[in-house]
Amino acid sequence: MSQSYNRGLIEDFSRWREFEAGMWAWIFHKFTGWVLIGYLFTHIAVLSTAIPASGAETAVLQAGNDVYTQTIISLEGLLLVRILEVGLLAVAVFHMLNGTRLLLVDLGIGLDSQDKSFYASLILTGAITVASVPTFIAGAF
Amino acid sequence: MAQRYSSFQQGTRMWLLQRITAGFLLVVLAFHFFLLHFVHHADEVSFLMSSGRMETMSYYSLMVLFLLTATFHGVNGVYNALVNQGLSGTKRTAVKWTLVAASVVLIVQGIRTANAWAGIPLY
Repeated sequence: MSQSYNRGLIEDFSRWREFEAGMWAWIFHKFTGWVLIGYLFTHIAVLSTAIPASGAETAVLQAGNDVYTQTIISLEGLLLVRILEVGLLAVAVFHMLNGTRLLLVDLGIGLDSQDKSFYASLILTGAITVASVPTFIAGAF
Repeated sequence: MAQRYSSFQQGTRMWLLQRITAGFLLVVLAFHFFLLHFVHHADEVSFLMSSGRMETMSYYSLMVLFLLTATFHGVNGVYNALVNQGLSGTKRTAVKWTLVAASVVLIVQGIRTANAWAGIPLY
């Protein structure tokens, strides 16, 4: 049986000083969730350039001069976009790892070490993000 | 009893669906990132390459299912986060239907895009 728990408002000044690992995990999960849903809408908007591109001549598509290919190439040519992609990876990896942690806790697995698994999620997110930087930045310069 | 930090009311159908879609998204999002950033690189993307993948029925189906589950998981997550912050009454109803409308637009636009790549004349 679940019970309600009054967390108070996270917006209250200096409230973060009282937070423990579980509360930070909750805040980071919410923050990364907002970023990911915002990105999903942006992602589909950018990919939608494939709709007008599909009407282009075969030769234009083969040369990569269609609006979709050109949009992606232009975006990927910007260093800022590459850096934002690394940020997106970090956000996605944390949400996935912490989400796995939440699924396990929901199943009653690892409840006693939920703080340790949060720190492990953070460290693993950092390691995967740093290891991915060369792949994400390749060709940007 | 341990404190629960979940925004969801445990035991409801939406709670279960949020977790089922989470499990599915864990696998498919990892596959998506790996395929489109590590196997192929983002700056090598072209319409014909995307089209080649999407013309395969299994890939097309997986991506449509990916779109549906990601939209549900994301929008339901946002709705529950807002309810958890105290959203109620008429505002809650208005937000709920706005999110439903946004989801429909996102799904329709995503499927139109997938169809454009797959050569399905419904876009």
